[in-house]
Amino acid sequence: MKNYDIVIVGGGPAGLAAAVSAKKAGCDSILILERDTELGGILNQCIHNGFGLHTFKEELTGPEYAYRFIKQVLDLGIEYKLGTMVMDIAPDKTVTAMNREDGMFTIPAKAVILAMGCRERPRGALNIPGYRPAGIFSAGTAQRLVNTEGYMPGKEVVILGSGDIGLIMARRMTLEGAKVKCVAELMPYSGGLKRNIVQCLDDYGIPLKLSHTVVDIEGKEHVTAVTIAEVGPDRKPIPGTEERYICDTLLLSCGLIPENELSRSAGVEMNPVTSGPIVNESLETNIPGVFACGNVLHVHDLVDYVSEEAGRAGENAAKYVKAAGDSSEQGAAEAGAAQGVDTASAGKPGASQVITLVATDGARYTVPSTINVDRMSDLLTVRFRVGDVYKNSFVSVYFDDERVMHNQKRIMSPGEMEQIILRKSQLSERPQLKTITVKIENE
Amino acid sequence: MYDVIVIGAGVTGSAVARELSRYDISTCVLEKCEDVCEGTSKANSAIVHAGFDAAEGTLMAKLNVRGNEMMDELSRDLDIPFKRNGSMVVCIHKEALDGLKELYDRGIKNGVKGLKILSREEALEMEPNLSENVQGALYAPTGGIICPFELNIAMAENAFENGVDFKFNTEVKDIKKGEDDLWHLQTNSGEYTARYVVNAAGVYADMIHNMVSGNKIKITPRRGDYCLLDKQVGGHVSHTIFPQPTNLGKGVLVSPTVHGNLIVGPTAIDIDDKEGTNTTADGIDDLISKAGNHIRNLPIRNVITSFAGLRAHEDHHDFIIGEVSDAPCFIDCAGIESPGLTASPAIGEMVGNLLKEKMALKEKENYKATRKGIVKTEGLSIQERNELIKKNPAYGNIVCRCEMITEGEIIEAIHRPLGAKSLDGIKRRTRAGMGRCQGGFCTPRTMEILSRELGIPYEEITKCGGESVIVPTRTKEGSGNGAASLEGTRGEVTGA
Repeated sequence: MKNYDIVIVGGGPAGLAAAVSAKKAGCDSILILERDTELGGILNQCIHNGFGLHTFKEELTGPEYAYRFIKQVLDLGIEYKLGTMVMDIAPDKTVTAMNREDGMFTIPAKAVILAMGCRERPRGALNIPGYRPAGIFSAGTAQRLVNTEGYMPGKEVVILGSGDIGLIMARRMTLEGAKVKCVAELMPYSGGLKRNIVQCLDDYGIPLKLSHTVVDIEGKEHVTAVTIAEVGPDRKPIPGTEERYICDTLLLSCGLIPENELSRSAGVEMNPVTSGPIVNESLETNIPGVFACGNVLHVHDLVDYVSEEAGRAGENAAKYVKAAGDSSEQGAAEAGAAQGVDTASAGKPGASQVITLVATDGARYTVPSTINVDRMSDLLTVRFRVGDVYKNSFVSVYFDDERVMHNQKRIMSPGEMEQIILRKSQLSERPQLKTITVKIENE
Repeated sequence: MYDVIVIGAGVTGSAVARELSRYDISTCVLEKCEDVCEGTSKANSAIVHAGFDAAEGTLMAKLNVRGNEMMDELSRDLDIPFKRNGSMVVCIHKEALDGLKELYDRGIKNGVKGLKILSREEALEMEPNLSENVQGALYAPTGGIICPFELNIAMAENAFENGVDFKFNTEVKDIKKGEDDLWHLQTNSGEYTARYVVNAAGVYADMIHNMVSGNKIKITPRRGDYCLLDKQVGGHVSHTIFPQPTNLGKGVLVSPTVHGNLIVGPTAIDIDDKEGTNTTADGIDDLISKAGNHIRNLPIRNVITSFAGLRAHEDHHDFIIGEVSDAPCFIDCAGIESPGLTASPAIGEMVGNLLKEKMALKEKENYKATRKGIVKTEGLSIQERNELIKKNPAYGNIVCRCEMITEGEIIEAIHRPLGAKSLDGIKRRTRAGMGRCQGGFCTPRTMEILSRELGIPYEEITKCGGESVIVPTRTKEGSGNGAASLEGTRGEVTGA
């Protein structure tokens, strides 16, 4: 097997954008490993439109959006392998993968970009009581069966969870002739984008029942009915509020979990809030030369942001490979784990100003978690989510104890990712700055 | 006409069938579901019990200890995963320490080897995640963990390969002794006749028994809810941890599984419905609260699935094994609740010996006691994998990404003797779909393989037979043939 400078794990939107940027940044030795039989990832089953408004200023379907990047990958001559499962990533960045043609093989990579995406939270992880018959699907599985394979899971549908895929599937199933009886959401707010609630539920008269959950699934072989109930502030069902829906299908859209099993085996440190790696301003994990982007890092709502973020990861990986190469040309030790951080830091080893980002008071996390000021670009986008619905509240940013940003937002909700932009000049003029805090304030 | 008909292809029926397959007779297993291992055998703690629980002198005690002893050789012969991880009964109340001694004494009388009473310190040293409140523990090194599916499937496959017939989707509706002195079994697919009948019908064993006997028995389905936790936390404990038993059973255990998950369960709730395998919120809540009593920081948030099984609890709480007094040539294996899984090979042996004597059976010359399992790619070296992939590229294609199961394993599961016909059949034979995403990703891919290998359309693929169709119809414009369209692109590994 050939050696590659950058191995990208995953050929979905994150992996594709990372590859394109890495190539444009000067890295010629890139390999994308994709487990599916096509590039594009989950976008291929997202046949609805609404993708690319930020990136391309036009509305594309998922496959169209993916193809914009696939075409660049092809045009740039970036190599990829399909039907290839990455089995292991070792802490020294040796990637072990397998497919039908090459068998199992290892690639000692100089840099690895984690772009494995996420998976859906299954019924079992939700502790929904009842039988375990056919007819229960996570929304994404149903989406694949309907949109890619061309089969219908059923005709009468109840959906638990108002994540975006669930909302999109409510519309899809309706358009395919099924009756979607309701969407139940455990929380008092939706987990999806406002525009999807309007376009996928309201436009089709599908009721969204907030603060409701499924308390029973009937049907020994196939789903025959589902009972939902209202939940109290403790999220426990309130007796007496049960409503029984005759149905043959239950779709679940109850959250996405970044797929970080490979990251963990590589020794990548995780953020328990995002279930994704902890990264610095370069989207680099605690293992120098291992970068993360897209839904494996934190779950996004818009693919445009995935592409943007992955582009940065690709660029930084290319920089890392180049710096490592330069340092070894200078006779320095092989660009290994211990040296990686400093080789990229513009020749000021040890003297870097590293700032910690803290999310608190309603802000749940930030990506990145740390900023090395020397390595940051002039503008750095910091993304975060809020833990509740906030109306007319302020996003505040503190540099240590000094409040430097205080922007009012009409509405913020957990289903919509927020961002702030930091300028390098703001930080470098404060060499003593240790902590940047992002919080939500009422006034 | 068969010499022997066994009713039920669970772990008991399959063990009996395997024993009978040694002899030069015709044997048939009638199973109401579409596969083996569909009832109690598929939903239990997956424990090979040491044998200190059952009362001295009971069949339960005797067959538990015997079954435990047989398990090493059996697991080797049948190529199934089995591990003696040892079990511990943990006492958390000082005043209950005497109970441990009682169990110890009972175990010794039952013939359990290696039992030891541990001090608090010894117990914590062996199992650091035990509760702070631990006062002492009974340690049984012979306790083990096993894959119940594979045990059941392997015994059935081995019986089949030795000439036993299996009839699935065949439910016994009535049994009468004919004037020809044969048993006539009416089923939903015609009549079967046999000289001898073995009743291994699990929670239905009372109904089958009561068809032929005036001495009625009653089996109560005793439901047990379980939670299965992610492999990430499979090492939270290394032994099987029991609380001290009560009159409702052995209590809520926490144990690693032989495949590296953590299992927590069961509850014990008597119900009427013999198909009532639905979990309830109360059951799961009860489970979680009880499991926490003995284990520190139980990582219950890592649950990947919950399920319920039904124990076939007979009123007198012992196995009923033997010829029915008022129905000659009718053999009961009833009341097979825990430790039924452990005891199953011993039950098979006992029934085999009984019929050998009664029927003056002769051993076949060509009986083959061993069976080779599905090739398991997990844990193979790169060289081993590549040899396999060279022979069959399907072993290079991962279908279930959580359990890392290849297409080759799934294809083999379908084409084996008594092969898989449904998603659950594949799951129980290969573990595809049994991981943390619970089939979210591999379901469509496994359907594609089932459709292709069995030559059936998607609309006929089921989760577990019967009405459990996955996708009943096509979409409005569904070209439908996902399998064919994917086939075209597979293998184009393109480097530009």
